[in-house]
Formats: sequence, structure tokens, C-alpha cells
Amino acid sequence: MARYTGFYAPNRPLALYAAIFAVVLYLPILFIPIFSFNAGIYVRFPLEGFTLDWYWDLFQRESLLRAFWNSVKVATFVSLLSTAIAIPAALAIARYRMPGKAPAVGFIMLPLVLPGLIMGVALLTLLNRMGVQLSLVTVTIGHMVICLPYAISVLLPRFIGFNRSLEEASADLGEPPLRTFWRVTLPCNMPGILACLLMTFTISFDEFFMAFFLSGSERTLPMYIWGQLRFPQDFPSLLALSSLILLFSFVLIFASLRLAKIGQPSQTEAGR
Amino acid sequence: MISIRNVNKAFGRVQAVRDVSLDIGAGEFFSLLGASGSGKTTLLRMIAGFEGVSSGTILIDGQEMQDTPPHLRPINMVFQNYAIFPHLNVRDNIAYGLQRLGMSRAEQARRVDEMLEMIALPGYGARRAHQLSGGQMQRVALARALVLKPKVLLLDEPLGALDKQLREQMQLELRGLQRQLGITFVLVTHDQEEALTLSDRVAVMANGAVIQVDTPAGLYDRPKTRQVAAFVGTMNFFDATVHGQGSAQVAEIAGLGRHRLTGDGGSRGQGARVLIAIRPENLALSVTDPGPGQAAVLGRVQARQYLGGRQLLHVDVKDRTSPIAVSTVALPGADPWEGSEGRAVWLTWAPEAMTVLDPE
Repeated sequence: MARYTGFYAPNRPLALYAAIFAVVLYLPILFIPIFSFNAGIYVRFPLEGFTLDWYWDLFQRESLLRAFWNSVKVATFVSLLSTAIAIPAALAIARYRMPGKAPAVGFIMLPLVLPGLIMGVALLTLLNRMGVQLSLVTVTIGHMVICLPYAISVLLPRFIGFNRSLEEASADLGEPPLRTFWRVTLPCNMPGILACLLMTFTISFDEFFMAFFLSGSERTLPMYIWGQLRFPQDFPSLLALSSLILLFSFVLIFASLRLAKIGQPSQTEAGR
Repeated sequence: MISIRNVNKAFGRVQAVRDVSLDIGAGEFFSLLGASGSGKTTLLRMIAGFEGVSSGTILIDGQEMQDTPPHLRPINMVFQNYAIFPHLNVRDNIAYGLQRLGMSRAEQARRVDEMLEMIALPGYGARRAHQLSGGQMQRVALARALVLKPKVLLLDEPLGALDKQLREQMQLELRGLQRQLGITFVLVTHDQEEALTLSDRVAVMANGAVIQVDTPAGLYDRPKTRQVAAFVGTMNFFDATVHGQGSAQVAEIAGLGRHRLTGDGGSRGQGARVLIAIRPENLALSVTDPGPGQAAVLGRVQARQYLGGRQLLHVDVKDRTSPIAVSTVALPGADPWEGSEGRAVWLTWAPEAMTVLDPE
């Protein structure tokens, strides 16, 4: 009979299950960086030797660099705008009782689960009707629609957990509401706001559906990849590019998750 | 300094504060004492401006304030959880309210230094909230409020989170500070000992209403209702009936005989039902029958509660559901009441020991 090690002792079978789960989840993605270093053009085993040529090749392509900068521009705008718009919305949801709040919040969150295809078609139809020329601006609009619910879902728990007596203290010390917002609410929630910026930047940077429907002559990076898939000789370069995007996204998302945890009330309380 | 006139506060259907009227004088240390849910914190928050009044007026220094937002009221507050800004260091926390007063940086720094000196934390200016102990945060919160030289300082259970020793030390410091500065302090507390120790006057609250306003000694010695008597200190209650007139008036306590009244019950007529309240320390114990002429009550020691230097003896008396608590000095070494459980004792008390209250 094994010795009883406690109710909270590690559960080995469950830990193994979690490990397998993670491996299965990331196995397909793992092939992308592996083949991006492969000297051969075709994706097949055995590997034909190590090379960094595909990565070098990326920097020789002017259209790629252009698409990269387009993506950076769009993602920067989208992250700043959607975070700025989401802050007051999340504050209102977190604080005030209003009629019809629950369904309103539901509708705000709905785009999180709506198929991107449908959202893209809908926006394209609307913009066409309004006679708007497709450009990076329309892509930005499309990304805003997708990013706003994410932004709110990142900010909302922080604002709900925010200790309002800090704002009361500021008011008590003579600061009117807007100044209190600038001097207390905003700086105290900075980790959550940074997390929101990183999250929305990443989502916009990697987004495909909206860009597919709403971009004009200027392409974003995912659109560039989609366009180059036709050329087999370009495929290893695309793998290299995808590897870089993966790395970049992972770093941003992990940073944003870390930030979202910093200074969260539950954690600081427990730390004392 | 503060006049509260017929103030009511309702949260939906819950009446949190009922028709409260209070006058708090300049330089007074005033406490709002009550159990949780008594409305004391809501009343304080209405004075501060974090809650609006449902009806009534609040005057601070002669100015109607009930419609003024908190940032424009001439008062400052020490919050229950201190509410030290976590993104600022101690200096910037204390200087927070000074910024908009338009004083020079040098003057601000001077005032902050003065405050750090006052709260005995010089050299702590660069620390953040999480690097401070509870007592230190408490002092910073105090400095942050007092640096603005308010006319009134509100304190919401400021010592609740501290351990007993630190709390007692901070009580002395608070009292000293209030005396030294001469500012009106309004303290909310559920701790009757704290209210009695610190205050010039105390308002006891229950169910949203103020049930008695008095000095600490007044509350303890002359409680007006059973609620106040039970809330402040320990109290024994006896149901009784008044007999006789004037100086010959006696109270007949059910099963415990007749006891002369000092005139307290004077306004009550023959046959009036009253509640007699007696403090444990005003009861005398004896192991022998004090003899005739003394209205003694025979009982049996049920339990002894040693309190260090003092002890409470719980005495069972025939026909009484709850034992009578008697407080005596515990002698060092072999106290005669040690192991006294089961012993027969006689209880006596002076007529002045009895407070006559209306029955519920």
C-alpha cells in the first residue's frame, strides 16, 4: 500500500495527461521551425542539411518588407485605438449598474466566437455599400471589430478587481474625477493596459480573414504569405517567415499574460 | 463644526441611516460606535461625500455640504484599508493632495518632511506601500490627510487591521495627535473599548439610528437603553417591578427580593415594569451570609473566568436562566476564588449600582 501523501500531493497520471495534451497541441507547429532550417525545398524527411538561407532570403524581398511594415502600422493603430476605446467601456461595465447590461456585455463579447469569415463578409458588404475604398484603413476598421472584445475581456477583470478606495482617497485629497483617473486609475492599472496593448497588437498582426476581405492594393503580412503559397520554391522562405511570426507572437502573448498578472489584487494580497 | 440634521439614507429598500441628527464641536474627538450594519460607516461616508444623502442636511463649518462632491469638502479621511497609492512612494503619497494647491516644490518638500517627522518615519520617503508594515501604512495615511490641514479628519476603522499591541499604541498616538493639532476627529469603530479610550463623546448607533450620544463615562455609567448597556462593557440585567413612592421606592426583582432605589425610578409609578442593569464590578461577593438588613442574593459559582489581574465569576441563581457576572480583582498567587466552582456565595450591591431602564 502506497503511503498517503496528502490531498494536495502531485497527481502523476494527470500531470502526464497534461504533458501529452501540450505535445499534441504544439506538434504540428513544431514542424514549421524545423523545416525552415532545412536545406531542401520540399517538406519531407529526411532533412537535407542545415541552412539559414531561407531567413536571409526574407530580407531580400521588398514586397515582404513592405507587407511587414503595413502589418506593423495597422497593428499599432489597432492596439492603441481599441485599448483607448475599451478602457472607458470596461470601466463602465465594471462599475455601474445599467439596465440591459448583461445582454449588452454579451453582444460586446460575441465577435470573439463569431466566424471571422462572416464578420469579414458583413463588413465588406457594409463598406461597399458606403462606397468606401478598400485600403489599410478598412483593414484597421475590421481589426478593431475583432480586437475590441479581446481588449474588454483583458481589461474587465482588472477593473472589477480594482480597489476603488484608492479613487476615493484621491477625491478626498482634493482631485476632481478626471484628474483622479489620470493620477490613480490609469497608472494603477498600467500592467493590464499594457497587456491589452500587446494582446490586441498580436491579434491584429496575425489576423487573416478581415485582411483577406478588406485590404486593397496594400497587403498585410498574412496576406503576403497567402499570396506566395502558390509558388512552391517560395515555401521554405514562408516557413522561415512563419517561424519568426510564431516566435514574435509567443513573446508578445507571454509578455501580455505576465503583465495581466502583475499587481492583480488576488496575487498581492496572497503575497502578504 | 459638523451639524447633521435629520439625515436619512436608503439603499433601495434598505434604510441604512434613519433620521440622524448630531452636532460635533470644533476640536472634538467624536466616535460613531456600532456593530456592523448599524449605519455608522454609511454616515461617515455621507460626511465625506462618497454617498449622497436621501434626505436631510450636512453642515461643515456652517456650509451646507450634502450636494458638494468629496473633492470640494474641507475634510480628509483615513481609510479602513489605508488606501495608500501603490504606484507612488511614501513622499509622493503624502504630497498627493499638495500638488493642486499651487505651492512651490520646495514648500511641498518642506511640508512632507514635517509630516514624516511627525509620524516618526523620517527616511521612509522612498518606500512603496508594499514595503511598509500595517502600522506604518496607517501613519502614512494619517500624514497624507493631515498635511492638507483639514478642519475635520474622518477615520474609518483605522486600527481594525492592526494587532492588539500595536492598536493600543496607535490609540495613544491618535489621541495625542488630536490633542496637539486641535482638529476635529470623527472616528468610526465597532470596538467599544477603542471608542471609550479615544473619544470626548460617542454616538452609539444601531439599525441606522443614533440611540445615545454621551461622554464615555456617561455611556458606561448611565446607559439609556438596554442596547447601549449591553454594547458598552458587560452588563447584568434583571426584570423588576417598581413599588412605593419617592425615597421609599423599591424595585422588586423577580425571585431576588426587594431592593431600594436611589430615586432613579422616581418618574415611574407604582407597579411600573423596569429593567435593572448592574455592572459586574458593582456587585460584591461574600462566602458568608451578610445577615439581616442586607438584601443579599444566594447563588452558586458556576464558572470562573480568569482575565489576568481581574476575574469574572459567573454565579447561578435560582429561577434565573443566565448566570450573573461578578468582576473582582484577582490576587496574585493563591486567589481565594481559584477552584471556587460550585461554592455557595451571597451577592450584594449598593442602591447606586442599579441603573433603571425601560423594559424592551
